[in-house]
Amino acid sequence: MRYAETGYNLEVDLTRGNIEVVQTDPRDTELYLGGLGTNAKIIWDRVPPEVEPFSPDNLLIFSAGLLCGTPATGCNRTIVTSISPQTRLFAYSMMGGFWAPELKYAGYDKVILRGKSPNLVYLWINNDKVEIRDASHLKGKGAVETQDLIRQELNEPKAQVAAIGLAGENRVYFASIEQGRSSCSRQGLGAVMGDKNVKAIAVRGTRDINIARPAEMIGLINEVLEYIKWRNENPIPNYMPILAGLGSPQEMKHDDEKWHTENFSWGNARERRRGFWNEEIAKDWKETMATMQRRTISCYNCPMRCGATISPPGKSTYMMKCFSKLTYTMAAYLDLEFGLGIAQSATEYGVDGYSCPQVMAFALELLEAGILTDNDFPGMPSDNEGRFYWLLDRIVRREGIGDILANGTYWAAQKIGNGAEEFAHNNIKKHEQLPLKLGKLDPIYYLMYCTNEKITITQIEGNFPQAPFMTREEREAFVSNWIQVPNERIKQVVLEWEPRGEKSAPYFPTPDMCCEIVDWMERMHYIDDALGMCAGLSAFPLKPPYHIHNYPKIISAASGIEMDEEVLTQATKRYRNLVRANNIIRGMRRKDEVPPEDHWKKRFPELEKELLDKYYKFKGWNNDGVPTKETLHDLGLDYVAEEFEKRGIYSETPSYEILAEKEKEV
Amino acid sequence: MGKKIVKTIKVDADKCNGCRACEVICAAFHATPKYSSVNPARSRIQVVRDPIKDIFLPVYAGELAAAECMGRNIYILDGREYEECAFCRASCPSRDLFKEPDSGLPLKCDMCEDDPPQKEPLCVQWCLEEALIYEEREEEVEEEVNLSDMETGLQSLADKYGLQNLVDTIVRMAQKD
Repeated sequence: MRYAETGYNLEVDLTRGNIEVVQTDPRDTELYLGGLGTNAKIIWDRVPPEVEPFSPDNLLIFSAGLLCGTPATGCNRTIVTSISPQTRLFAYSMMGGFWAPELKYAGYDKVILRGKSPNLVYLWINNDKVEIRDASHLKGKGAVETQDLIRQELNEPKAQVAAIGLAGENRVYFASIEQGRSSCSRQGLGAVMGDKNVKAIAVRGTRDINIARPAEMIGLINEVLEYIKWRNENPIPNYMPILAGLGSPQEMKHDDEKWHTENFSWGNARERRRGFWNEEIAKDWKETMATMQRRTISCYNCPMRCGATISPPGKSTYMMKCFSKLTYTMAAYLDLEFGLGIAQSATEYGVDGYSCPQVMAFALELLEAGILTDNDFPGMPSDNEGRFYWLLDRIVRREGIGDILANGTYWAAQKIGNGAEEFAHNNIKKHEQLPLKLGKLDPIYYLMYCTNEKITITQIEGNFPQAPFMTREEREAFVSNWIQVPNERIKQVVLEWEPRGEKSAPYFPTPDMCCEIVDWMERMHYIDDALGMCAGLSAFPLKPPYHIHNYPKIISAASGIEMDEEVLTQATKRYRNLVRANNIIRGMRRKDEVPPEDHWKKRFPELEKELLDKYYKFKGWNNDGVPTKETLHDLGLDYVAEEFEKRGIYSETPSYEILAEKEKEV
Repeated sequence: MGKKIVKTIKVDADKCNGCRACEVICAAFHATPKYSSVNPARSRIQVVRDPIKDIFLPVYAGELAAAECMGRNIYILDGREYEECAFCRASCPSRDLFKEPDSGLPLKCDMCEDDPPQKEPLCVQWCLEEALIYEEREEEVEEEVNLSDMETGLQSLADKYGLQNLVDTIVRMAQKD
């Protein structure tokens, strides 16, 4: 018997309309755990780097995490994996909600889509019964609307439906996949789904998920619940409210937005508005939230209420997850009422709430700069609110200028030319980042921005405090019950870390310490992404209930895989390198691992070089960011090293040497 | 007259966040061996959930209803529209709620009977939102009277067709004679 996982994947060939149930190899679970790990293996094995994102040979994998469907609190995430049309790299985006556990209860760990359907279809997975059904009547329907229509059509109120909107159908590069109160937003996986002509996947299951050591498992999860209760009663003192507790940032719970509005850039990631927040705005925004928000809600088997149902006046209700609360507001320099309203349209269209508002602000900036002209925006209203709605409509329909903007700021700037590239200034690996621009270099964030392959920085932020505590007493209090920290050295860093002076950023924590801290945070995210655990109860917040010391016991009790911290760390390292290998083979190198030029006003080129050199070495990668043969061998990934060898990746002149040569020439 | 402890779970639907943790722990607890599997379809508590209409309603399983009821009324409470079935705790022929998914056998909440006893049913313990509140009260109860065979038969007819229908039919039959 298989424990925690079902042991079966569903393989769907959309071109031929063929559906197969395939038994998986339990050894793969031991090596790569599941979720992201096994997805990375499948992409490596089956999608060679020559395959274009919009090729029928590209796969789109919907995977439940290893612990989804078990009693593990907060474990509900679907990990969707493919090749991104925007970055042209290995893409993985995740959503909470209810879909992944339902898939497990239907008897499958993954749904692997290949080929392209000739007509718009949706998949209906109901235990043994799996059908490809016509979706022509759903063409153009909203992503939220579609979920309801399908449930009605199937007469299955308990079916969970993941769907795309118009943006996905039209292959907008930042199209999302929406489901319940969650969405896979980053890297345009909705566009790949649209390209395959799949409008939605509906699933309902009534089968068992088995637990290897039941009494032990339930004991461990009861401890997790107890700790959550304790943490809810004990927020971190002297920390901004949205980050002091557990869960993903508690945007729906708190309405004091001083920190976000004054520290994140507005418009096209240009301008920080110090002193923006005042009493009047606080009152106004509080009122908006109170009138539009109906209820704060949760994902499957999770007590945190990170999402909310929002009913903007005159529009249908939708579900909102954390930071899209502010992205439209800040891009358009408008108020929260506008932000919550346009997010309703954007959710129905199915677009990424980080990229989309920035793309719209970018277009308006090009207009102001004269790079685009009024002729590019025929019929656009003159007021700000109207302009953003107008742009959103053009983008998701790919009409006129919208067709160019639909590819995101990087590709749009390339196409528009005439200096537009300068305005696409907030990208890493061709992808829009959160518009957080800071004064002075933060060495930990520098490494995370450079080397994070999930593309979104917030997705690898973690258990280490974002800023030093002001006083020694606060620091001592913080570390006194810090059970999550992997070793005493990291505790010591927090104790010594000061806001100003010798022991402050950017030279403290030192590059060596930064390597260890970033590696720890990344490791936690990689574990979550294989298990399907929400980072909001693990890798993201301070002092979470799941950590490196209890995870091995929980995984082991649920799945029966023998595990300790070392085995877990090694497995994580294995598929982390496999994710990287999928990108290296697609051409990613050190030259791509740079944050936006203006990300920090004051830069430290030598320190930045040292940080990256040291981190690469720490990770067992060569100076161009390629995992070395030795590293791959130690992880049992010789097949990757062989492929690198075959493709001449090791014999290339490293890009940093080419750059050095060029500098000399100048 | 005798006394007995009546165990109930009070549901405060306004506090429900729709997470279904109650279903998870109920299904796990009632697995054999205990906690060895999870399958919310086997849970004796189910959350009726329609987030867009703001319906989040945990319902725990009551007695089996061997027959369908007559009513299919719609209720509007606090602006939300509910079908009559949403409130019903019975496993009945017209729906798959509160039935073992494999056998179709009815499920009934047993307040997590356990040895030693649980301090409260597990769904209540796992609901950190306090949408489920456990209550015990002592009630005076009539000594149970054993029904005769004929009464049992009539009772099931009454359950199926409603007592008034049954009475009307008997009266009509009597008049025919």
